[in-house]
Amino acid sequence: MTKPESEWTWKELPVGNVVLEPGNASQYRTGDWKSLKPVLHQELCIHCGLCYIFCPDMAYNVNEESYFIADLFYCKGCGICAKECPTGAITMVLEEEEK
Amino acid sequence: MGKRVGMEVSIAAAEAVKQANVDVISAYPITPQTHIVEHLSELVANGELDAEFFCVESEHSALSVCVGAAATGARAFTCTSSQGLVLMSEITYIASGLRLPMLMILSNRTISAPLSIWNDHSDVMTIRDCGWIQFFVENGQEVYDHVFVSYRLAEDQKVLFPVIVNMDGFILSHVIEPIELIAQEKIDQFLPPYQPIYRLDPDHPVTMGAFALPSIFAETKKAQEEALRSSIPKILDTWKAFGDMTGRYYHPVETYKTEDADTLLVTMGSCGETASVAVDKMREEGRSVGLVKIRLWRPFPFDDLKKATLHAKQLVVIDRAMSVGACGPVASEVKAALYGKDDRPSVYNFVAGISGRDVTPSDFVKMVGKAEIEIEQGNKEGYEMYGVRG
Repeated sequence: MTKPESEWTWKELPVGNVVLEPGNASQYRTGDWKSLKPVLHQELCIHCGLCYIFCPDMAYNVNEESYFIADLFYCKGCGICAKECPTGAITMVLEEEEK
Repeated sequence: MGKRVGMEVSIAAAEAVKQANVDVISAYPITPQTHIVEHLSELVANGELDAEFFCVESEHSALSVCVGAAATGARAFTCTSSQGLVLMSEITYIASGLRLPMLMILSNRTISAPLSIWNDHSDVMTIRDCGWIQFFVENGQEVYDHVFVSYRLAEDQKVLFPVIVNMDGFILSHVIEPIELIAQEKIDQFLPPYQPIYRLDPDHPVTMGAFALPSIFAETKKAQEEALRSSIPKILDTWKAFGDMTGRYYHPVETYKTEDADTLLVTMGSCGETASVAVDKMREEGRSVGLVKIRLWRPFPFDDLKKATLHAKQLVVIDRAMSVGACGPVASEVKAALYGKDDRPSVYNFVAGISGRDVTPSDFVKMVGKAEIEIEQGNKEGYEMYGVRG
């Protein structure tokens, strides 16, 4: 996208507001929706990947140390990963308290 | 001059759809629309029309198929009535929001309850605000003609809107009328193949119907609003081109014996022809009465209506649908058009002929007489249901 959509005027929109750029939903920060964020306690993690499998937004990725890390740009804070984690390695914390 | 043939208006409508060379037909049968799609299904089955005919399980699906077909660049057609339109209503807003051209012939029928199969305009009024171009026609010839007008207009890259042609159920759909058919080569010249700006194509992927955040929604609707309003010159151009081809010229608002008339009847749809008989009768009696007929319902032709009613002292607006708890939908538009005009005429509103109850020339004479008396007695903006017992 050349500029944020909040700056587009009605005259600049394609007819029917067709989206011309395939896959540009990846530019949408669904992470804005959350109030709770997942925090991983690495000492408890057994690398089972259930958080990765259950995440409804595919926000989890594997890092070079084989830990599954939530991408907070997309994570909506639903808490399914924390609920499913068999060792309790993920806790949900209020974003502003985490600092 | 084309060939003049006596045929049922529904069959003429279906023949026009065939001549328009549609690619996709999707409809669900409902009285009084049935003969149109039955005939089209025969034409497809017999190989006379090379189109996909979708037998769907509901009107919601019928219009959804048309949306999908139009999105791929196909010329799509559907047809319904009454409850069928109400079931389609969700998709009507989507078709216009996505700016997809298509044609729906609406064989107008009453909305239940009470259940009724007969004609009035209550069906289309449920989707009045859905953003389609909406025509009303008076007779079979106008139905036939508006199939071609509608596709050419809808597919114009400066327009790109779906179109509804409203034809009164039974009063038009089931009667046999003389129809002047247009030669196929003339139609082909008038109606070139549809060239979409955007279409669904795996080689050039686009997304249609994506959701919009509050930050862009209003801009999208503004673009739609401006496009529909500015389609009026294109509608006029299309009617002009059609008139040049056939000699039949159409206008957003049409007038009959309005010169110097103090009182004007205002109608929409087939009852305009009956009202014109009443006007002749009243003129013979020396009464100063004329007739204004609204052909273009959306976008509403405010300027044409003002011009057509410029010198009148009073308007008698006939609505064939109710907006329960307010006045008739046509009257409320007419009043809005005239509001703010210093010497505006009084607007007296009758709801008449709902659910197929006959409105004869003498009924129009009675309504004009009643309105003139009421207005003289000071009831200048009256509203009543005509001919109700008790």
